[in-house]
Amino acid sequence: MVMTVFVVAAVLAIVSALVAVSHRDPVINVLSLVVTFFCVAVNFALLGANFLAAAQILVYAGALLVLFLFVIMLLGAPQAPESGLHRPVQKTAGLALAAIVIIGGVLLALTMKVLPPASPVTGDAREIGKAMLTTHAFSFELISVLLLAAMVGALMLVKRKH
Amino acid sequence: MAPTISHFVILAALLLGIGAAGVLLRRSGIAILLGIELMLNAGNLALVAFARQHGNLEGQVFVFFTMAVAAAEVAVGLALLVAIYRRQQSIDVDRLSVMRW
Repeated sequence: MVMTVFVVAAVLAIVSALVAVSHRDPVINVLSLVVTFFCVAVNFALLGANFLAAAQILVYAGALLVLFLFVIMLLGAPQAPESGLHRPVQKTAGLALAAIVIIGGVLLALTMKVLPPASPVTGDAREIGKAMLTTHAFSFELISVLLLAAMVGALMLVKRKH
Repeated sequence: MAPTISHFVILAALLLGIGAAGVLLRRSGIAILLGIELMLNAGNLALVAFARQHGNLEGQVFVFFTMAVAAAEVAVGLALLVAIYRRQQSIDVDRLSVMRW
């Protein structure tokens, strides 16, 4: 049963990821990436990370991809053909690098010694919040500084000069 | 049979490779940012799988921080794209050669 859910989510994630990076229309790219992120959220839930599965849907599918769609609408969905098609060297190098990453990862995973999980952890909000606000409190504060810097930076970048 | 950590790591490797291919092969700025998001998500999946394998929560906390960094990165990246589009009416990264010598 769990295996079936995993296989369905994995196949759907890979197919929609391929559509997301290969289709011409940026709106379809973003919408199929939403499907990929939902499938990754299903995988988080299968791994017992319930809070992260919810955060994945809220942050990625909810906030980030809406931001992408907003910018695509703002720029008016550019339809011009991409200029990179007649560049065989770059295309070969890109595909070769991607293949190396995939083959290396698969070989690593296949030769990995699989032990039964040490102790089942449940990533509910209480446990994660406790870890984040005690052990990792400094990183947590740094993240808030980073978000503030990103917000100010984004505003400065798009500000019109009068 | 339940999926083991290998299954999740293989899925993460496939997603990372697809995202890398998108970043390296596409010329549209938005498609490149989407590929980076896909790669970050693949890394998150591997982190959660290893956290489960080792039976502690650190990996999941790290994924939470990665999500925040990804949000900041997308905000700045999209602002850059808007600024570039205003300047040259295009987000094709091949046309961004003004700083090349």
